[in-house]
Amino acid sequence: MVDTLRDGSLLYLDGVSVTFDGFRALNSLSLVVQRDELQAIIGPNGAGKTTMMDIITGKTRPDTGEVFFEGGIDLTKKDETEIANLGIGRKFQKPTVFGSHTVWDNIELSLKKPRGVFASWFYTRDSADTDRITAILDTVRLTHRKHEFAANLSHGQKQWLEIGMLLAQDPKLLLVDEPVAGMTDSETEETSKLLKEISKHHSVVVVEHDMSFVRDLDCRVTCLAEGAVLAQGSLEHVSSDPLVIERYLGR
Amino acid sequence: MGSLNRFGRPFLALIFIALAALAAPSAKAQSVAEIVPQMYDASLGDLRDAVAALVATGEDAALPILQALGAGNLYEADNGGIFIQTGRNQYEDALTGAEADLDVTGDLSTIRINNSLRRDIAAAVGSLTLMSENPATRRAAAAQMFSTADPANIELLDQALAEEDNPGVRTVMEQARAAAMLRADISEEDFAAAVAVIAARGDRQALGILNANLANASEAERVNIEAGISRINQSLQLWGIGQNVWYGVSLGSVLLLAAIGLAITFGVMGVINMAHGEMVMIGAYVTFFVQEIIRTTNPGLFDYSLAIAIPMAFAVTGLIGIAIERGIIRWLYGRPLETLLATWGLSLIIQQGVRTIFGATNREVGNPSWMSGAFELGGLAITWNRMWIVVFALVVFALLLLVLNKTPLGLQMRAVTQNRRMASAMGIRTPWVDAMTFGLGSGVAGLAGVALSQIDNVSPNLGQSYIIDSFMVVVFGGVGNLWGTLVGALTLGVANKFLEPYAGAVLAKILILVLIILFIQRRPRGLFALKGRAVEA
Amino acid sequence: MITAKIFEKLGVKAIWVVAILLALAIAVPMSNLLLPVGHPLRVPNYLVPLMGQYLTYATLALALDLVWGYCGILSLGHGAFFALGGYAMGMYLMRQIGTRGVYSNAVLPDFMVFLGWRELPWYWQGFDMFWFAAIMMAFVPGLLAFIFGWFAFRSRVTGVYLSIITQALTYALMLAFFRNDMGFGGNNGLTDFRDILGAPIPAATTRASLFAASAILLALCFILCSLIVRSKLGKVMVAVRDAESRTRFIGYRVENVKLFAFTVSAVMAGLAGALYVPQVGIINPGEFAPANSIEVVIWTAVGGRGTLVGPIIGAIVVNAAKSYFTGTFADLWLFILGGMFVFVTLFMPKGIVGIFTSTWSALQQRRASASAEKGVDTEPPTPPAQKPQPRQSNDAPDGAKPSPAE
Repeated sequence: MVDTLRDGSLLYLDGVSVTFDGFRALNSLSLVVQRDELQAIIGPNGAGKTTMMDIITGKTRPDTGEVFFEGGIDLTKKDETEIANLGIGRKFQKPTVFGSHTVWDNIELSLKKPRGVFASWFYTRDSADTDRITAILDTVRLTHRKHEFAANLSHGQKQWLEIGMLLAQDPKLLLVDEPVAGMTDSETEETSKLLKEISKHHSVVVVEHDMSFVRDLDCRVTCLAEGAVLAQGSLEHVSSDPLVIERYLGR
Repeated sequence: MGSLNRFGRPFLALIFIALAALAAPSAKAQSVAEIVPQMYDASLGDLRDAVAALVATGEDAALPILQALGAGNLYEADNGGIFIQTGRNQYEDALTGAEADLDVTGDLSTIRINNSLRRDIAAAVGSLTLMSENPATRRAAAAQMFSTADPANIELLDQALAEEDNPGVRTVMEQARAAAMLRADISEEDFAAAVAVIAARGDRQALGILNANLANASEAERVNIEAGISRINQSLQLWGIGQNVWYGVSLGSVLLLAAIGLAITFGVMGVINMAHGEMVMIGAYVTFFVQEIIRTTNPGLFDYSLAIAIPMAFAVTGLIGIAIERGIIRWLYGRPLETLLATWGLSLIIQQGVRTIFGATNREVGNPSWMSGAFELGGLAITWNRMWIVVFALVVFALLLLVLNKTPLGLQMRAVTQNRRMASAMGIRTPWVDAMTFGLGSGVAGLAGVALSQIDNVSPNLGQSYIIDSFMVVVFGGVGNLWGTLVGALTLGVANKFLEPYAGAVLAKILILVLIILFIQRRPRGLFALKGRAVEA
Repeated sequence: MITAKIFEKLGVKAIWVVAILLALAIAVPMSNLLLPVGHPLRVPNYLVPLMGQYLTYATLALALDLVWGYCGILSLGHGAFFALGGYAMGMYLMRQIGTRGVYSNAVLPDFMVFLGWRELPWYWQGFDMFWFAAIMMAFVPGLLAFIFGWFAFRSRVTGVYLSIITQALTYALMLAFFRNDMGFGGNNGLTDFRDILGAPIPAATTRASLFAASAILLALCFILCSLIVRSKLGKVMVAVRDAESRTRFIGYRVENVKLFAFTVSAVMAGLAGALYVPQVGIINPGEFAPANSIEVVIWTAVGGRGTLVGPIIGAIVVNAAKSYFTGTFADLWLFILGGMFVFVTLFMPKGIVGIFTSTWSALQQRRASASAEKGVDTEPPTPPAQKPQPRQSNDAPDGAKPSPAE
């Protein structure tokens, strides 16, 4: 039963725990992400959302528990680079783009291509790549600023550039940490449309505090608290859960 | 000769003691002051009586006179005075200690004695010292007898042992007795017991005595002695390790002093201060400066020069540190590599400045009297200056811990380290805390300079020779943790001293550097690294 | 067709720099050798090896800039690679002395005879052949950098930690080379060279050729660096410098990128050191001194890191100043050098080249707005592409230590 669940999933976490200096950041967390699924994760500060992403992307190693990708790949044995190349992309809470590169170069660097030293050295852009980059810039509405240095973008534009970089990587799973922090309402709306569009062909996990944004996403919601899953289901279901109200929403 | 000694000396000693016993009743009323004038122009027999009388007084004043007589240093003057020679053409009155004026006294001539009397005197001196009121005198006398290992002393030692109640002195006396017994004709059991007593002492002197007895020992005795020798060698080896540990601790304390200020600026503030070594150097120059002033104005204060230099060095380097922080470093926060370069530039300027003012040559900084010399602790030879530096390093370390953990400044420093914005929002003046922290780190470097001036050459390059080692200590121990610095410094110091005998000083240092480089690969954050998200945020 | 492609890859600036260097490589030797003594255009004899040295320094600074300016690795031990290349050359030159040494030993250099050695140590074998020595000049520094970098980058030693252990590396090497037992001449190092490739070193033609070789080496290194920096790999390097962990999450092997840059850079430094030694006539353990390596950093910083021209300008300007001041006001030089460190880090973070480019773009902007005011029909003024300040190599998520200002 458990195995079929794991085999059919894209991402499978079971019983993951991690402790920092006595503080239990994750407490036997179990979570499943299906293929082409959009899933939102909510929860109070310190619930372990970012730590969970750190575990999935290989930045932190769990003390115990299993993390499997596409059924059979054990992520706890891989490092960040390997995991990224398996097809897991991540957007950070604080937008991190390459400030001294142009917007165009940021996308070009992220484009799914051989990542080796010499492959990069002797890489030349062909017309297919150019088209792809142009298309992505269109999607994230940065075409008009493509020759500017990324450091000079506004906060919201940096968020979108980072999403664009995720798209360029063409990952199977996108982990998006607080994508609409610092965005205006209309930008937020656009972002939710964009993520829904992306989730047609990719799995997307969004961590967000903005409840109206989560409502817009209209997807399965998981509420974390104290390093474990508190409730799971539709937003209505989760937000009416008494535990969730007590530990998160009610506060 | 040997057989005569074995029989003759105890025999003579017996006679002497009998004589002394005979003489005692009649001499009982006499004091040293009464006896000494009788020694003028005395016959050998009279002298013998005088010696016995002197012993009978039991006065401390008798001892130097007897020793001088035995050594041929006792003189009689034409005017009837008795004098002790204290140096070339220098004599002092045996009773008053006044310097002899040859115009008044007339010619001086040695009071001659013969061998038999000389032996009597030796025994008499031994008995006076061994029976002295003062345990230190008794101990010294016993130690002296241990090294001469004369069987003639056995009787005396037995007498002394019968009355001795100080366990330390008793041990030495027993050892002296055992050493003398080995030369006497004794049974196999006694011989084995004596060897055991000497072997238990376990130092080089004991080894020498056993080796000396090896030559003319019987087969059974030889086995005994060899067992004793191997016991001593083992104990010497242990002491050797102890000595190495001490050298290591001593080097470690120097490293600790040099690195601990760095641990504050680098560990607590995250600032790389390449001019740290120059702060140490300035501390040493402050010591030099203080000593110079004391030498010219008030030489009597010299022993207090370090006590004066310590607060001054702290203040001077602390203020310079604050000036550096305000002038340069605060513009470079968050850019550690730039800080590194700017402070390196500063170190060049400071070095050249000191070179211009004080010259490029080494400056002489003296050791106060309480820091010179050495003492022995068991088999360890410990010099006072190293000893005090270890103590000083630990005191500085403890004080810093106190400052960081128990004072408002320490609390603010830790707050700023953990969350600058929050600390600022709570009303802590973060720039002030930065300046104070940097000043504290630099001031501690100045303290290190005072200590290093006692064991190293004070030159403009003083700091440079410590900067890389200090960084190694901090990085090895783990950044942001003073305990790590302590453990790091002591570990590196001891490891260095243990490698030295096998690899030589330079190669040991290279090995340590290579080991640290490898260690950092395995634990990039040092021995006592902080863990968790806090570090990475 | 192929040349056009190479030109495109190199960029106009690089072609200018290379052209100037090649022109120097021809002009200086010709002026020194062909013009009569006293001619105003003649480069005097003493200046030829001095300028040659500056060019090797420039190569060293360029090598450092590749790792520091572009990859964010502040190496405080690049002097070690320079010195190792120099020692490889020195060993070749020692073997060339042959029986002309004081002890007239055909195989053993003088200092080994003096130490009473009977045989050449194994690591001196082969250095009588130039081709072997030439390989070693590149291979030994490269290998050391590769091994060191392999461990360091794999265990993610970054920022100031890396700087400090590179410094420890060169310090350890210095201590090692000071030892007589190492077999590299101990304190005195290697000196009293006679000839190189059969040509006597003091001869004017040899010096001129060495100068030309230095200029050509610098040109070649410049081409190599341009090719790297302008490629996607170069952009990845900058990405590693600015946001190391982000680069990792995109899927690049950061440690391999760093290792590549570090090794290439060490090889360039080694070759520069090899050409340096015959021009100064000595190599000794002092070249490993940590202070030397830090000085290279200041050349690069003064010229402008993160640009390829900057370190060349910086190395030449600072060393020319050094030659002048140590000659006339010896005591002042260290004050000036120290002051330069402080001044450049505080006020000139982008160096000389940075000042030029910002003045240049400010001028252009003013000209554009002036012409716009006149109503002349020009292109709308584009805001000057001000390059954002590169962030430190230890980006926040990976930061090695708490940095108070953040």
